[in-house]
Amino acid sequence: MEKYEIHEHDVIVIGAGGAGLRAAIEASSNGASVGLVCKSLLGKAHTVMAEGGVAAALAHVDPQDSWQTHFRDTMKGGSFVNHWRMAQIHAQEAPARVHELEQWGALFDRTQDGRILQRAFGGHTYKRLAHVGDRTGLEMIRTLQDRGVHQGLQVYMECTITRLFLDGGRIAGALGYWRDTGKFVLFRAKAVVLATGGIGKAFKITSNSWEYTGDGQGLAYDAGAELIDMEFVQFHPTGMVWPPGVMGLLVTEGVRGEGGVLRNSVGERFMWKYLPEARRNEYAADEDEARRWLDAAVEARQTEDRRPPELSTRDNVARAIYTEVREGRGSPHGGAFLDIAYLPADRVKKKLPSMYHQFLELADVDITQQPMEVGPTMHYLMGGVRVDPDTAAATVPGLFAAGEVAAGLHGANRLGGNSLSDLIVFGRRAGMGAALHARGMTSALQISDAEIEAGMRDVLAPFERPSGESPFEVQRALQQCMSDYVGIFRTEADLETALRTLVELKQRAERVRVEGTRVFNPGWHLAHDLRNMLIVSEAVTRSALMRKESRGAHSRLDHTAMNEAFGKVNHCAKRAGAEMSVEPTPLPEMPDDLKVLFEAPKEMAK
Amino acid sequence: MTGARSTPRGAAMESAAGAAHGTAHEVTLRVFRGGPEGGALVDYQVPVETGMVVLDAIHWVQGHQAPDLAVRWNCKAAKCGSCSAEVNGKPALMCKSRLDHMPAGEPIVVRPMKTFPVVKDLVTDVRWNYQVNQRIKPFTPRSGAEWKWYQHDIDRVQEFRKCIECFLCQDVCHVLRSHELKHEFAGPRFFVRIAGLEMHPIDDADRLGYLKDNAGIGLCNITKCCSEVCPESITITDNAIIPLKERVVDKYYDPLKIVWRKMTGGDKKI
Repeated sequence: MEKYEIHEHDVIVIGAGGAGLRAAIEASSNGASVGLVCKSLLGKAHTVMAEGGVAAALAHVDPQDSWQTHFRDTMKGGSFVNHWRMAQIHAQEAPARVHELEQWGALFDRTQDGRILQRAFGGHTYKRLAHVGDRTGLEMIRTLQDRGVHQGLQVYMECTITRLFLDGGRIAGALGYWRDTGKFVLFRAKAVVLATGGIGKAFKITSNSWEYTGDGQGLAYDAGAELIDMEFVQFHPTGMVWPPGVMGLLVTEGVRGEGGVLRNSVGERFMWKYLPEARRNEYAADEDEARRWLDAAVEARQTEDRRPPELSTRDNVARAIYTEVREGRGSPHGGAFLDIAYLPADRVKKKLPSMYHQFLELADVDITQQPMEVGPTMHYLMGGVRVDPDTAAATVPGLFAAGEVAAGLHGANRLGGNSLSDLIVFGRRAGMGAALHARGMTSALQISDAEIEAGMRDVLAPFERPSGESPFEVQRALQQCMSDYVGIFRTEADLETALRTLVELKQRAERVRVEGTRVFNPGWHLAHDLRNMLIVSEAVTRSALMRKESRGAHSRLDHTAMNEAFGKVNHCAKRAGAEMSVEPTPLPEMPDDLKVLFEAPKEMAK
Repeated sequence: MTGARSTPRGAAMESAAGAAHGTAHEVTLRVFRGGPEGGALVDYQVPVETGMVVLDAIHWVQGHQAPDLAVRWNCKAAKCGSCSAEVNGKPALMCKSRLDHMPAGEPIVVRPMKTFPVVKDLVTDVRWNYQVNQRIKPFTPRSGAEWKWYQHDIDRVQEFRKCIECFLCQDVCHVLRSHELKHEFAGPRFFVRIAGLEMHPIDDADRLGYLKDNAGIGLCNITKCCSEVCPESITITDNAIIPLKERVVDKYYDPLKIVWRKMTGGDKKI
């Protein structure tokens, strides 16, 4: 058997974005020895891409805000298939987690009276997003990174985990390889926290980076854990549509939060047409009211005016833009116009500096002078590993999950800003849960040599094949399939086509060949990542087939209405031998004291 | 290592679709391939699309000709600082280097950062930077401080916190690049980080001794190369390094200020 390095920790955290870092810090504070493993260099995780802000009911700008309103917005945004307890914990704990970041050195933009400033965002009743211009994620990751490295965390950079090991059904460790040398490393651990993010690289047009290959979902699935809500894939309404190289790159919702207006090719401000009837009275009635709301926001004044229609939820805005383009009212490069140039250039540059530079340098567009062209881009997976709300424990003992890889908080659609708060609220809980679990494990855990050897053989197989296609070709085919058949609008026929294609792609992925050595070889890395991408793609497609209704981000052209029966279930994907089973499981019922929050329509109107 | 390298293939076929639009042409990408023991520049013909950047071209080569071409990247939007390299001899983020800004008809030469040891192709070993970071005294809030400050108190610190850790400033800095003084010089990136901590409205730690004795701030002769290369346009030299140099001088070399502090007992941070 090939030699490998061994490291032993109480807790291994996989992924070093906001959730992973926060989990590692917490586990370490609880006395656990912690290893933090990440695929990239530390500080490069997808959290740095988060722009708009972190949602927390601090009530600094709108004093009426409260955790109850944040909870209500989150449940409504998720079309009520969220886990109520996660949404409650999230809304209650987010303010403390944001203040904690400040105490660890983060410098958020300020209100005039010297407190953390908050901005408006889609689906949030009040101005709620603490932010640093449009680089909030960078501020968060740097703060957590600097806190973490002074706390005795052992960081293993550029290391990919390929398999989890169990002993008697409990987590016992993980196998990985160093990306720079290709050599194997075994982590013995009593608990594993998954914080690996999403699955964007299974789609052609996405705002996600190369790392988002569904690793955590795949590892959990292989270990026997349950994946829920996989049909709920968020398409962010505003990605860049031109030039081709940047297609899909994110344009922060902060643009709309700061007053950005969406228009079609005939100059119509179309979002009014697409507001759901039930929520229409939460939005400005006309251009004048929207403008008054904006003026008040710019001057940090209280106002009775309601927010602009562009601040509808992401699922809704994405469908609106898609529909405008399909009906022939798109911009020259197949998107919608997003205009903020009517505001003073200085303000745009101050509040949206990286958007200003991104468009100027990559698209030759000066957003202080011209509108942007934007269109939907695959952005986020609401579904993922099923977890216990209080401890973030998955259904496999010793396995925990937090952040995008976990499911439950966001239901059928995530509100902007609820992701960064998710990371720190549930990252912390996962770290606590894992440390506590590790403390309770007194007997030694065993991992058999045969399993380790099988794990290594598996990863090396693509080198052994005398011929075969490049993994990049299979990835391109997968991305095309998911974008064509499992996109914003879905039908039974398309989803069935996707399933058939996925079967073929699985076979192709098992036959890919890689060339070169094991030293930093992206083709080889991708050959393994494909396996996880195929698992999550299948789970997304099967769950989408089963949900014969339209809810949140899941829109079925053959089942356009919301169906009450589907509002009572989550779809749960699980490994059953070599096959994937998907079954409806009952949604946990909200207790009466929380239900009351949804029974006061007069109060909700504002 | 592979045949595909010396005989790039597929380029002509792939570009046919683009040619139909009348805009497509090809560019020669001349990429360093090799490792710590050495290597060579290898030419690839890459079809060009409008608005394409060097990183797109590298990805095209990876996806069609050399799947083992090593490169770091994450966001492709100049926010993560992963894809640092030297494009036509200039340290730059590949995701921000537009092909149409390069001299027409000439090959585009892409090499790894020179200041750090090559791992493979365009990937370098930058771990030294993380070791330096760990030695910097972390944020230390003044006890009893009020957590209240105004935007104008933090504007200058927010500039420093824009840093995406691409390490291009470290790559271009003579002290590190030519004189190889990694053991006694922290480099511009970490002066920016220290400035951010020192100028935080309620930070109370003293890092001036470290700056003088360990971080070697005196070695910087303010040529401003770091500021010029910064993709986040942080005015590293003027706003971070020079003020830190002044603080070090005030504390350790200005006899009048030393006497004044002794008389008043004040050693407050500025």
